[in-house]
Amino acid sequence: MATITDPVVRAHKREVIDKAVLRFCGDSGDGMQITGSQFTNTVALYGNDLATFPDYPAEIRAPAGTLPGVSGFQIQFSSSDVFTPGDSVDVLVAMNPAALKTNIKDLKMNGILIVNNDAFTDNDLRKAQVTSNPLEDHSLDGYRLFAVGLERMTRSALQELGLDAKTMDRCKNFFALGMCYWLYNRSMDLTYKWIEDKFKTKPLLVEANKQAMRAGYNYCEATEAFQVSYEIPPAKLTPGIYRNLSGNQALAIGFVAASQKAGLPLFLGSYPITPASDILHELSMYKNFGVMTFQAEDEIAAITSAIGAAYSGALAMTTTSGPGMALKTEAMGLAIMVELPIVICDIQRGGPSTGLPTKTEQADLLQAMFGRNSESPIPILAPSTPGDCFWVAVEACRIALKYMIPVIVLSDGYLANGAEPWRIPTVDEIPGIQVKFATDPVGFLPYKRDPQTLARPWAIPGTPGLEHRIGGIEKQDVTGNVNYEPMNHEKMVRIRAAKVEGIAQDIPEVVPAGDPDGDLLIVAWGSTYGAVTAGLKTARAKGHRIGHVHLRHLNPLPRNLGEVLGRYSQVLVPEMNMGQLLMLLRAKYLVDAQGYNKIQGQPFKQSEIEAKIEEILG
Amino acid sequence: MTTTSIPVLTKKDFQTDQEVRWCPGCGDYAILSAVQAVFPELGIPREKFVVISGIGCSSRFPYYMNTFGFHTIHGRGPAVATGVKITHPELEVWLATGDGDSLAIGGNHTIHMLRRNVGIKVLMFNNKIYGLTKGQYSPTSEFGKKTKSTPYGTADTPFNPLGLVIGANTSFVARSVDVFQQHLKDTLRKTAAHSGSAYVEILQNCNIFNDGAWFELTEKDARVDHVVQLEHGKPLIYGKNRDKGIRLKGMELEVVHLGNGNGLTEKDLLVHDETNPNPAYAFLLAQMEDMPGFPTPIGVLRSWNRDRYEDVMSRQIQDVIAKRGPGDLSKLLHSGDTWEVR
Repeated sequence: MATITDPVVRAHKREVIDKAVLRFCGDSGDGMQITGSQFTNTVALYGNDLATFPDYPAEIRAPAGTLPGVSGFQIQFSSSDVFTPGDSVDVLVAMNPAALKTNIKDLKMNGILIVNNDAFTDNDLRKAQVTSNPLEDHSLDGYRLFAVGLERMTRSALQELGLDAKTMDRCKNFFALGMCYWLYNRSMDLTYKWIEDKFKTKPLLVEANKQAMRAGYNYCEATEAFQVSYEIPPAKLTPGIYRNLSGNQALAIGFVAASQKAGLPLFLGSYPITPASDILHELSMYKNFGVMTFQAEDEIAAITSAIGAAYSGALAMTTTSGPGMALKTEAMGLAIMVELPIVICDIQRGGPSTGLPTKTEQADLLQAMFGRNSESPIPILAPSTPGDCFWVAVEACRIALKYMIPVIVLSDGYLANGAEPWRIPTVDEIPGIQVKFATDPVGFLPYKRDPQTLARPWAIPGTPGLEHRIGGIEKQDVTGNVNYEPMNHEKMVRIRAAKVEGIAQDIPEVVPAGDPDGDLLIVAWGSTYGAVTAGLKTARAKGHRIGHVHLRHLNPLPRNLGEVLGRYSQVLVPEMNMGQLLMLLRAKYLVDAQGYNKIQGQPFKQSEIEAKIEEILG
Repeated sequence: MTTTSIPVLTKKDFQTDQEVRWCPGCGDYAILSAVQAVFPELGIPREKFVVISGIGCSSRFPYYMNTFGFHTIHGRGPAVATGVKITHPELEVWLATGDGDSLAIGGNHTIHMLRRNVGIKVLMFNNKIYGLTKGQYSPTSEFGKKTKSTPYGTADTPFNPLGLVIGANTSFVARSVDVFQQHLKDTLRKTAAHSGSAYVEILQNCNIFNDGAWFELTEKDARVDHVVQLEHGKPLIYGKNRDKGIRLKGMELEVVHLGNGNGLTEKDLLVHDETNPNPAYAFLLAQMEDMPGFPTPIGVLRSWNRDRYEDVMSRQIQDVIAKRGPGDLSKLLHSGDTWEVR
């Protein structure tokens, strides 16, 4: 059996740099997401700060080699703070002409371009709809091009294993990964371990993938083509224990944490939908925490089963994306009416209708605010980074349980699939959640409220003496009996609104990042956090006085927001929609804020925010 | 040794102080009365009962039952009930629904709840009309029926409700009639005794919008020739003089006359076996109501046991806890590859 050790002798120059942006792109069958994740875990464990951006097609396998089938994974990693996956890339690995064609525009001039030249036959070029071979027509002259026969070299590295050609070709992504590990002086040990675990029942594949990766590494070491390799020292992050975490993972473990803190069993009703399904997958693994995951027959059953679970005393939730939100609206109204605590996660994607299932957008805010019949206010929260999803999950549960109310969490595809190093909190750092079920029949009335929170008692089936009826029909105040009287209805509508408004007293005031007053305030929410933070830094370095408020609570809004808006001469609201938060701010505060809108299924770039600031203040 | 005794409950204990607001003469009163009579017999504490419903006349049911009750939204009762039953398998969950709520807007939830065999008892009040919305046709209205929304007659073929739920492999399927009080109570007792999903179609008269929809089965003179009562282990025999019966001929059922010189006796008739695991048998029985010249069977068409969804889920959780130990939050937070920044 072959043993593998990293080569130690190096004849190449090694340069220390601060940061790099690397993108793997290829056919959706080329394993680009795995390659990117492996590279990510390795640099994370080494101690770099990082942000990732997996960008893949909605089709599981579009015809091989075609433009719609291109899948990409981008990572920015650095020895200092990283806020975004990077605007343009330093190293592009392109597995075929289609990937090259769709991604080359993002490669920096003089950037490193690694191309699999075994995939540039006439047939490959035709599938990518290119008329001349870019490897020969000098169109790539501005880049440091490394045209490598990934398939031929992988096959020759694996020839003694007796595998068929197709299986050998499937290992070529690991050859490319080995090259990148050499390029950034990274140990392959973590990926070796992953391969051993992943293919533990197929020892031959373990050998094949490990040897392919090592061959890629050795190729760079041996060839004269690569003259320089790079070293990016660890970042100075806040001390602590870290792990790499994606937004969907963070929501899932955040919900488990909330259920443990509240001492309630967790129930998830969900129907598979991109990009939310990973939360269901993740939670279905945590049965030893008593987590119940119910894959419902549709989106409506997903939320209504959660309402049933909440009615009987579970910490209940449902997870979905925009089209599923649309289907859940009537049931959200029921949860508002019967005042039961559930958490509804909308992992937003491009729309309307099926839209862009795998691309990101922030266009469900107004749906979350108003997308139900009649007066039906609901608290809304939005995480700003993948790691923040954990804390927002806990906070959403806290509000739902304390106020006996459904709560919406608006994440998006970019946060869901993106990952970042996350400082692991101790269990004590996670806020406690107090829950009290009603047990005393004396004076019990289902709609007799806590005067402070306006929450009604949580009286779960099985409690002797508390038998009562609830439902979607309007309730009489206090008794909860069916009631159609005009003044009672107005009173109940106002109570439900006051309950949501009251939460503003229970959430922190906003403190702008950057300047506390000045020429421009950027108000943003959700996944634009990284691009705005990075853009703000650059703009302030140029001498502009700018503040940044990133709203975690979108309903109710923080109680001092109006005052903060007044401290700046101008207000800019960048959003991946047509101006939805903008509309809410203008309506509520009569502020002449302006929008900056991008609706391309792609996150904002740092440079776009910088350019917009310059346009306004320049 | 201590014994806990369950207080003796009466029908009155299951009545609420809410005024019952069905139309005078509605069949729902009879169903409510039968349920309130049977619940106290079951030896289950009152607080363990949860009565859930969707929307429609039948779905007002929970307001009149002094138990835990949840009047949900149109068609979604099965899904809400599923959430209750999964989180608390020890509760006694009953669902009141109608032909519109269960078979039109809630059809999807109904079949999925039943195929999962969640331990929920469904009482489907079938009056073959939409009552609460005042007289439109329902998925069980007969073909060609003229209603407020179909002045020239319907163009759709109705569901055979029990055939549909047998198709979903429902573990308990029964039929009774609002005015057959003894039969209805007896059917409710059998329903309560079943542990998995139970679906009971209750033929119910809407005297305002579809009066007489079931008269052929309920009127004294007619019923003996139009109803066959199913009893486990007994032949399918009916008629004023018990001279008619159902026989299995190949894969078909046929009506035969006994004792008129053809030499046929009770021994030639189909003997009812509600425990037959083959749904094809129960499906044949379900088809009888649509077959000209056949009586409509009432009673338990099918009753057999298979794993309940909530029990499988609880078992999985217990097995994983036994194997991996109860969840440790700190360990979960630290799962995967971690590193320390000093």
